[in-house]
Amino acid sequence: MSTMSDSLVIARRNLIRMSRIPEMVIFGLIQPIMFVVLFTYVFGGSMNIGGSTDPDVYKNFLMAGIFAQTVTFATAGAGAGIADDMHKGLIDRFRSLPMARGAVLTGRTMADLVQTALTLLVLAAVALVVGWRPGFAEPTNFGKIMAGFGLLLLLGYAFTWIGALIGLSVRTPEAATSGGLIWLFPVTFISNAFVDSSQMASWLQPIAEWNPFSATVQACRTLFGDPGVSPSDAWPMAHPVWASIIYSVVIIAIFRTLAVRKYRRAAG
Amino acid sequence: MPGAIHAEGLVKTFGDVRALDGVDLDVPEGTVLGLLGPNGAGKTTTVRCLTTLLRPDRGTATVAGIDVLKHPDAVRRSVGLSGQFAAVDEYLTGRENLQMVGQLYQMRAKAAKARASELLEQFNLADAADRTAKTYSGGMRRRLDLAAALVVSPPVMFMDEPTTGLDPRNRQQLWDVIKQLVSGGTTLLLTTQYLEEADHLAHDIAVVDHGRVIARGTSDQLKARTGGERVEVVVHDREHIPTAVEVLNGFGKGETTVEQHTRQLTVPVTGGAKLLAEVIRELDTRGIEIDDIGLRRPTLDDVFLSLTGHTAEVKDEAETNGEAADAKGRGRRKESAK
Repeated sequence: MSTMSDSLVIARRNLIRMSRIPEMVIFGLIQPIMFVVLFTYVFGGSMNIGGSTDPDVYKNFLMAGIFAQTVTFATAGAGAGIADDMHKGLIDRFRSLPMARGAVLTGRTMADLVQTALTLLVLAAVALVVGWRPGFAEPTNFGKIMAGFGLLLLLGYAFTWIGALIGLSVRTPEAATSGGLIWLFPVTFISNAFVDSSQMASWLQPIAEWNPFSATVQACRTLFGDPGVSPSDAWPMAHPVWASIIYSVVIIAIFRTLAVRKYRRAAG
Repeated sequence: MPGAIHAEGLVKTFGDVRALDGVDLDVPEGTVLGLLGPNGAGKTTTVRCLTTLLRPDRGTATVAGIDVLKHPDAVRRSVGLSGQFAAVDEYLTGRENLQMVGQLYQMRAKAAKARASELLEQFNLADAADRTAKTYSGGMRRRLDLAAALVVSPPVMFMDEPTTGLDPRNRQQLWDVIKQLVSGGTTLLLTTQYLEEADHLAHDIAVVDHGRVIARGTSDQLKARTGGERVEVVVHDREHIPTAVEVLNGFGKGETTVEQHTRQLTVPVTGGAKLLAEVIRELDTRGIEIDDIGLRRPTLDDVFLSLTGHTAEVKDEAETNGEAADAKGRGRRKESAK
C-alpha cells in the first residue's frame, strides 16, 4: 500500500464532499474578502507604515497580511473535518481497510490545500480590484510573486496539520472549529500582518518578529515588492524567505508526527 | 485445525468496565457463527478486536489463519466488516463510496469502478447509484455498507447487528443477501440481539453475557436447553386458576408456573399448534373462560432466563450505557484507560 495513492483517494473524497457542501467554501471566502474591504477602508487612512500615512501605502502593505491570515484559517476546516470523520462510522471502515494509516489525515490536509489555493486566487483578484499593486514599493516579477504564493500555501498546509491534531483531540466538530480559530487571533495579530511591528511596545516587538507567521508575511512583502518591509535585524525578519520555509517545514514535521501517532493510537 | 476465525481468552477493559472477560471462539471455514447477546454483552467489542479496530488487553486471535495482533494489515486484506452504523460517506454517491473503498483495498481505479457497478447491480442499488448516500433510506444504506464490505470478496466477513433498526421487509431482504453470500463459501461472524435472526442465518450460536461466552450450540440445542415451546394462558377469573393448572399439567412437559396478579399460566410443551387446539378444547370443556392464549417460542429473553437466571431486558437497562459509551468513545476511552 502506498501512502501517496491512498492519500490521493481520500483527498478526492474530501474535495467531492466540499463541492457538495458549497456553502462551507463560500463562507470561507466571504470572511477574508470582508477583512480586505474593512481594513482597507476603515483603517486605511489612519495607519502609519514606515512613516507614511498614505491610504495607498497601507492598502499595499495590508494584502500580504490578509493573505497569510486567510491561509491559516484552513486550520479550522481541517480540524472540523477530521473531528467529524472520527465520530462517524466511516472511520471504522477506513480502519478496517488495508490502507496507509496516515492517509485519512494526509488526504484531508491535501484537500484543504486545494481549497486554500482557490480561496487565495479569489482573494488576490479582490485585492487587485481594491487597488493592490505588486511592485508598488520595489520592483518584482511574476516568478517572485508566484514564489510568494508558494510560501503562503506552504504555511497554510503546515497549519492544517495543527488543525488535524486539534480535530483528533476534541469531541465534536464544533469544538474543533472554535479550537482551531481562537488561538489564531493572537498569532495573526501579534505580528507584522496588520501593523508595522517596529512601532509595537518593546516587549511585544520581539514576539511579533519571531512569530513564524510574521516570517511568511515579511517574505511575501519582499517578494511582492510591497511597502512596509520591516527593517528589523531579527533573523526571521532579515532572512524572511528562509525563515518562512524553515518554520513551515518544522511545523509540518512536528504536527504531522503527533497527529499520525494520535490517529494510530485512536485506531487501537 | 483452528477455524477461519479463532479467538482464545480475549480480554478488553475500558476503565472500570470489563467489556471482554475471556472470550473463546472458533468458527470453522465456510460456516456462520451467530454471536447472540443483549446490549453491552461484549458483541461489538469482540468484533472490533477481531477486525483490528481495537487491541485486546490479553488473549490471542487468528482470522483466515493470520495472527490479528502480529499482522493486522494482512488481516485487513482478508476481512470485510459491516458495522452497526452504516459506514458510508453520505455526501458521496453510492458509486463513489464503493469506488473509494475499492481503491483503498488497493484496486486500480478502473477495476474499482467496474466492481462498484457490479455490486450496485447485485445489491439492487443501480437506480440510486449516482445519488448521494444522504438521500438513501436506512435499508439502502445498510445494503451499501454491506456492499462496501464485499468489494474484494473477502473470505471472512464480520457483521455487527446488520439488521438492527430495519423494518421487517428490509430485514428479510438483507437476510436473503447474507444467505446468498454464505452459500458462496464465505465464513461469517454475525452479532445479533434477535434469536430469530441467529436461527435464520447461523449454523452455530454463541451466547455472550458480561463479556463471556456462556453457551454455545446450534439453535435447536439452545432451544432445547431453554425448554422449547410453551403455552401461555390468561384466565378470566382468578378462581379458575387451580383447575387451569390441573389441565395444563396434563399437557405440559414440566411444571406450570403461575403469576397470580396477571392470572397468567405458563407451561413448557411439545406438539405445537395441534396441542394448542387440544388445550383450548379441554379448557372449554371444563368451563374455564380465557382472556388470552398462545403458543410462545423461545426468545432471547428465554435463552437468557434459562442460562443466567435473569432476562436480557433487565440487563439491557443496566448495561446499555456501557456499550453506548464503548461505541461512541472508541479509541479515546482506550487511551485514557492506558
